[in-house]
Parts: sequence; structure tokens; C-alpha cells
Amino acid sequence: MRADATQTAPPSGRLQPGPRPAMRLGERVRAATGHHLRVYRRTWRGSVISRFLSPLFFLAAMGLGLGALVDAGSGGVGQQSYLQFVVPGIVAYQAALLGFGDATYPVLGYIKWNRMYAATLATPLGVTDILLGHLSVLAANLAVATAIFVGVSALFGAFASWWVLLAVPVGLLTGLAFAVPTFAISATIETDNVFGILYRFVLTPVLLFSGTFFPLEQLPGWLRPMAWLTPLGHGVVLTRDAALGRWPGPVALVHLLVIVVVIAVGWVLAHRQLTRRLLS
Amino acid sequence: MTDEVLLEARGLTKSFGEFVAVDGIDVLVRRGEAFGFLGPNGAGKSSTMRMVGCVSPVTGGRLRILGLDPAVDGAAIRARLGVCPQQDMLDEDLSVEENLWVYGRFFGLSRREVRARTDELLEFAQLTDRRHDRVEPLSGGMKRRLTIARALVNNPEVLLLDEPTTGLDPQARHVLWDRLYRLKREGVTLIITTHYMDEAEQLCDRLVVMDHGRIVAEGSPRELIEAYSTREVVELRFEDEQQERHLGSVEALAERVEALPDRLLVYTADGDDTLAALHGRGVRPLSALVRRSTLEDVFLHLTGRSLVD
Ligand SMILES: Nc1ncnc2c1ncn2[C@@H]1O[C@H](COP(=O)(O)OP(=O)(O)OP(=O)(O)O)[C@@H](O)[C@H]1O
Ligand SMILES: [Mg+2]
Repeated sequence: MRADATQTAPPSGRLQPGPRPAMRLGERVRAATGHHLRVYRRTWRGSVISRFLSPLFFLAAMGLGLGALVDAGSGGVGQQSYLQFVVPGIVAYQAALLGFGDATYPVLGYIKWNRMYAATLATPLGVTDILLGHLSVLAANLAVATAIFVGVSALFGAFASWWVLLAVPVGLLTGLAFAVPTFAISATIETDNVFGILYRFVLTPVLLFSGTFFPLEQLPGWLRPMAWLTPLGHGVVLTRDAALGRWPGPVALVHLLVIVVVIAVGWVLAHRQLTRRLLS
Repeated sequence: MTDEVLLEARGLTKSFGEFVAVDGIDVLVRRGEAFGFLGPNGAGKSSTMRMVGCVSPVTGGRLRILGLDPAVDGAAIRARLGVCPQQDMLDEDLSVEENLWVYGRFFGLSRREVRARTDELLEFAQLTDRRHDRVEPLSGGMKRRLTIARALVNNPEVLLLDEPTTGLDPQARHVLWDRLYRLKREGVTLIITTHYMDEAEQLCDRLVVMDHGRIVAEGSPRELIEAYSTREVVELRFEDEQQERHLGSVEALAERVEALPDRLLVYTADGDDTLAALHGRGVRPLSALVRRSTLEDVFLHLTGRSLVD
């Protein structure tokens, strides 16, 4: 099928001496995406297995283990079983974790270890194309992982409503809100031990205090605002409402806005840092 | 070679903060030429190449590549350049052919063009039988050849080669030189940096010697040797402490003498004559070697130090 398409494709005119036809944005981003898809082709099997296993681990530990304890002790959370309370939050949580992870070692690798990004900038592609190419593959990966997580969890009755399908785009955005700023950090640092520090001292507290595992009301008043400082807290509220099929009112738009603003600020920083690093 | 100027630099400067890496150089390269930047570590060769490759903004002066300004038309220039950077910068997780495919797409070639180009370039780089192998375990020479092949994927009019053969064994270097000759015959303009004299003499029609960001000499290898050296050089080695004692008598018989820690370099039009005269004066070195002057001697004369640290 692909062979047919290439037989009929017109020559690009870009192998002739003299001025060559400029590449459109779409072409440039597709070329950058093509690189990451090539890399992904070699690794996707392993990652798909872990995509299916990860929700099973959470369901077993949180639903059966902790959930049984919570439900027996206090009759669930509000009106819900602990399973139905916690799994929607974990949908956002796993997206945040995956977004962070995908923007650490792989990004530093292309910048510093194999230096493919420097090689890329020697072609007509620019920093914007590199970012769009890498982030679109990262986003597709996030969407697929979140969809699998939601699908597997649904089989175990983790959600009360079909509206949980909205948790997939919300998870994607939450993941990007971690991935894009992390990209900016990866474009700045020299050594990968920064990732360990970030994971321990930034990501872990964020994950613990975003209302994923217990309602925020359990926290003392002064600790609650922590949840609103990070995109994860906002993502958790949205995925939880989606799973219940509950429209939370206009505040939902505020939550979305926070997430989008974090992505936008991350983009500006990532663009600036990559430019400084590779085009100095 | 035509008269069309492909690279024009006037007062080209590059600073990193306070530090001036390239200090106002003037360069003209014409289509079809093989042009070299020669110089020791830190001379500013790579900094210059990165500006020419449109991946490093110019700090001062004027730079035109293919008649275009890199600050305005960077992408249009890069579409017509091939760049072999000092480090290989391959995606080592991908296979040999995948590296070429991916890179060809970066230049907007169709899939069909990329496949056709890949077959040609694998042949050119003698990597056809390794095409399906991952890059990581390949030898340094193979990776270098792949990097050069990749730089050719867009059929560039100008090929920038930053130390193309550093780290290669002598045989691999000769194979690469042969490939570069072929490209030059096909009309590709070559811009090469190196700190190997023999490489510059083999490949370059014209070259500049750089030191501390400045150009200290310019010309063809032959012109430079004629201008800054003599036709022949006699290398004399002495027993411990003897070198000092004979220096005076040697200097009296030569155009110029360079005293290195382990030997004297005697510059003269005719090495055998000079050697005979030295014997006549009772100078008895441990060993004496008469050879033709090289660019290494030019560099030594210009900067007072040897090129390869
Ligand atoms: N991004 C940078 N930031 C600061 N200084 C730099 C940067 N790039 C190069 N330099 C400095 O500029 C000087 C020239 O470096 P350059 O790499 O151009 O030399 P070179 O002639 O290519 O040397 P070599 O033969 O070792 O490759 C060096 O002193 C180097 O430390
Ligand atoms: Mg260099």
C-alpha cells in the first residue's frame, strides 16, 4: 500500500542544485515525527505490555487491598467505594508520571548523548519543528496509555459513568502539563542526576498531595493549596468528575485553563532553552 | 571551478561572552573548490564551521553562503548544505539505513527519493552489507563514513567536514580521502577543517591557517610552503646535551633552524648539501633525516608550536 503511494508521489525537487522548494510546517513536523516513530517501532512491544500491566497493579493494590480496608472501615469515600474514588485520580496520576518520564532521559539523550537534535538543526528543520515533532509522538503515547488504563479499569467496574471517556483527553493534557515543562528542564541541565532529585523532591510530593489517594479535605487547611499549585490537582478533579458523569460547573474551565497555561509556559521555556543550548 | 563565490566572510567574528573564539576572519570560497581550515585545538575552526552551517549566529562581520544571509535564510541555505560535524551525532538505536531515511526526510525528500538515495550512499560509504545493523556497535570508521553519507543525502552543493578523519586508522583515512576526491570531481565544494597536515595537503586546493581565532596565513599548500618554509628540511638528533653545543654551527649553514626539545629542524634548499657541509664542520648527529618541507613546518614557523598537541 505504501509502495503504491510512493510510486505516484511526485519528486520533491529538493535534490537539484540551486534553490530548493521550501518545506511547509506540516512537512517539517511530519519529518521530525517520523524520526520518533522509527525509534518507537523498536520499543513499542515492551511498552504496550507495561501499559496493560500498570492498571492491573493499581487495581489490585488500591481496589482490592486498600479499598477493602477503607470500605470496611468508613464505608468508602462519600457515597462511593474507594475503588471508584481512587482509580479516576490514578488515571491523571499515571499520565503525569508518564509525561514526566518521557521528557527526561529521551530528551536529554537527543540533546546531549547521541546529539541527534544538533544534527536535526543542521537541516531545514528548526527548534519549533523539533518540539512539535517530539511532543506530538509523546502526546500520542500518552493518549494511548491513558486510553488503555481507562479501558482496563472499566472492565473492573472502576467507573460509574461512560463520561469517563473524557478522562482520556484530560489525562493527555495533564500528562503534557508535566512533559512540556520537564522538556524545558531537560534542555537546560548537564547531568541526569537532576531527574532523580526532581522525582524525589518535586514529583513525589506533588503526586501525594494532589488528592489522588485521599480527599483533600483529609489534609490540614494549610496543606490543601498545595494541590492547586500543580496541574495534577486540577487534572484529578476533572477525571474524577468525568468518571462520575458529574458536571462540576464553570470551575471545570478554570481547572482546564490552569493545565493549558502550564503547558504554554512550558513550551515557551522549552523553546528558549533548546535554542540557547543548540543554537549558540 | 567557476568564479561563483559560495562562501564569503568579511571580518567574521564569534564571541562566547567575553571570549572571542573567531576574531574577524576574511574568507572566500568558490564553487568546486576544496578549502581547508587548518589549526590547533581551540583555534576556532568548529566555531567558524557552525556559523557557516547556520546553526550559530554571527557575532560580528559579514557572512554570505550561496549568496544568502544565514540570519535571514538559514533554512534555505541548510537545504543546500551537507554537514559532517566533529562528533558523529547519529541515532545509535536506529539501523544504518534508518539513519539515512530519517535524515533524508528532514530535507523534505519523498520516501521514494530517500530509498533511492540510501542505496547509492550505502554503496558510497561501503556499508551496504551493514544496512540493517544497529549503529551503536559499529566501528568508529564505519560511523564516520555513515555520518558523511548522511551529510550527502540531500545532494548538497557544499559539504562542510569538521575533522572528517580524526580518530580513524590510516587505512580508513585513505578510504575517506578517496571518497572525498570523488565528490570533488563531481563538483561538490568541500570545506574541511583538520589538524592533520597530510590531510590538508592531500585534499585542499587552498587553505587558511588559523590560530587563536585569527587567520595567520593563506594560500595553496605549495604556496604556503614556498612562502614560509624552504624546499627541504633536515631533522637532526643528537646525544644528550649535544644539541645545544652544535646549534651555532648549524645555524651558520642554514636559512633557518627550529630547535625542538628532541631535535633540530634545519631549513634549507638542498638537504644533502647542508648535511655534507655539517659533516665538514665536524657536526656528528646521532641521526639525520632529509625530507621535503610540509605544512607542519609552515605552522611551526608561523606560530612557534606544533599542530597536534
Ligand atoms: N558554546 C561555547 N561556549 C563557550 N565557549 C566556546 C563554545 N564553543 C567553543 N568555545 C570556545 O571557543 C574556542 C574555539 O573552539 P572551537 O571548537 O571553534 O575550536 P577548534 O578549532 O574547532 O578546536 P578543535 O581542534 O579542538 O576542535 C575554544 O576555546 C572553545 O572553548
Ligand atoms: Mg573543532
